Amino acid sequence: MAEQTMVAENARRAVIEIDGVAKTYKTADGEVPSLRALDITIRDDEFFVIVGPSGCGKSTLLKMIAGLLPPSEGEIRIGGRTVTRPHGGVGIVFQSALLLPWRRVLANVMMPVEVKGLPRAEYEQRARELIRMVGLEGFEQKYPWQLSGGMQQRAAICRALVHNPQIVLMDEPFGALDAMTRERMNVELQRIQAETHKTILLITHSIPEAVFLGDRVLVMTERPGSIAAIYDVPLPRPRTLDAMGNPAFIELTRKIRRHFDSPAAESAAAAHL
Amino acid sequence: MTGDADGRLAARHDDRPKRPALVVRLLQANWLKPFLFLAMLVVLWDVTIRVFNIPPYQIPAPKDVILTLAREWPEMLAQAVPTTVATIEGFLLAAAFGIPMAMLIAGSRTIEAYVYPLLVFSQSIPKIAIAPLFVVWFGFGALPKVLSAFLLGFFPVVVSAVQGFKSVEPDMVDLAKAMEANRYQVFRMIALPHAMPAIFAGLKVSITLAVVGAVVGEFVGSNSGIGFLLQRSIGTFELPTMFAALVILSLIGVILFWILDVIERLSIPWHASQRQDLVIGS
Repeated sequence: MAEQTMVAENARRAVIEIDGVAKTYKTADGEVPSLRALDITIRDDEFFVIVGPSGCGKSTLLKMIAGLLPPSEGEIRIGGRTVTRPHGGVGIVFQSALLLPWRRVLANVMMPVEVKGLPRAEYEQRARELIRMVGLEGFEQKYPWQLSGGMQQRAAICRALVHNPQIVLMDEPFGALDAMTRERMNVELQRIQAETHKTILLITHSIPEAVFLGDRVLVMTERPGSIAAIYDVPLPRPRTLDAMGNPAFIELTRKIRRHFDSPAAESAAAAHL
Repeated sequence: MTGDADGRLAARHDDRPKRPALVVRLLQANWLKPFLFLAMLVVLWDVTIRVFNIPPYQIPAPKDVILTLAREWPEMLAQAVPTTVATIEGFLLAAAFGIPMAMLIAGSRTIEAYVYPLLVFSQSIPKIAIAPLFVVWFGFGALPKVLSAFLLGFFPVVVSAVQGFKSVEPDMVDLAKAMEANRYQVFRMIALPHAMPAIFAGLKVSITLAVVGAVVGEFVGSNSGIGFLLQRSIGTFELPTMFAALVILSLIGVILFWILDVIERLSIPWHASQRQDLVIGS
């Protein structure tokens, strides 16, 4: 009994444990290392952002957490359980909304419910609430192509949340949107996280986006990806877009940007940590 | 909130343009354009015959063809029935075997490696050349025509459907798998609907080829059908009858194609090539 409480206590603190996880792809040209051994612990209710250059294995890491890819080394635990196959405990948002064009918005949002065979009526209520929360009310019966890019991505976020997963994984979710829509989506995503208390792991190219959204920001190096630094973001919540003018915000984005300027600057910053 | 700007964007689809006058609208109507073009071609045909003095035993005048059509309409229609039936049967067989075959090829690399190259190779055999073989095997009657319609219609269905099943976005499949979808669910919810437009494209090619197949079957071994009529009218130099038979044959093809098109619109209304109509119609 005491042990169980302890496990539960641990689970609350550390939702995703990435323990020495590395990934090497075997190709015709030999072995291509994608990720060097990583140790990351993501806590409950945390907004964790990974920022890094293209091809640093960020998406690989995300797929491994979802159980879609096995790690070459190490293990990933979610709520204390080792991930070996897709486990359904996550919601995923990719760069493109990936809505099914033959389903209307509500049916798209309901897809995880259908796949998992969850009680329909109960979850449809929830789906409608989510749709309202992201501001898509009135568009439930539209086809995806009748929606703008930002609206499609919001529907995709609803789909990731509808089955009430503890964890939401987002792989450059706003990468395909224009800058203004993107900023608006950032504000909204922050609000959604505050309302739903999900643990969010978000991957992005954008340093301002990472700092604006994250409780912590992990900076990754070029391929093979490894951890360059992890920063706590000292900005209070809720953050408005004005927070981007905050000296602490500017200082942190500058610090992160330096990692990508030159190898020398990168090692200096790492030594500083 | 932010929904407003986006909302206006989407709402714009509902705005209808003002309706122009009836004559202008008729001229702009897409269904009318092929008929106008057809009328122009018939006029051109008539003028060419007059200008170059082409004798009727080489090319009959449009008027004669139309008169023959009118005179022999009941007979033509009766002969169209066996051809149409054979076409539809061959086409249904092609769909019934082609689509599952495509599923197997797209679903398994082993099957693809074994079957697909042979399938492509089999297409280099002129099927028209083996049609007489069916007569040897199955005698005169419906079966040889159905088989030759099936053979011609089969390949396009398989090729299009394979391409449809294979073009599913891998991220989409990953997304479904992350929801713990099993293979069957991935197929039913993603791969099959995704492949539907490609399957229909293949079916449309297939049905027109099935008409050709049925006629070829009738050429080599039948005593009924439009193919038989064609064969006989050539033998007796009744060129107006032959041309009239050709008209009937194209009508069969067009009508079957059109029916398929309607079925497509009804079964996949979300499909991209239909969106324009949908927006205007909504």
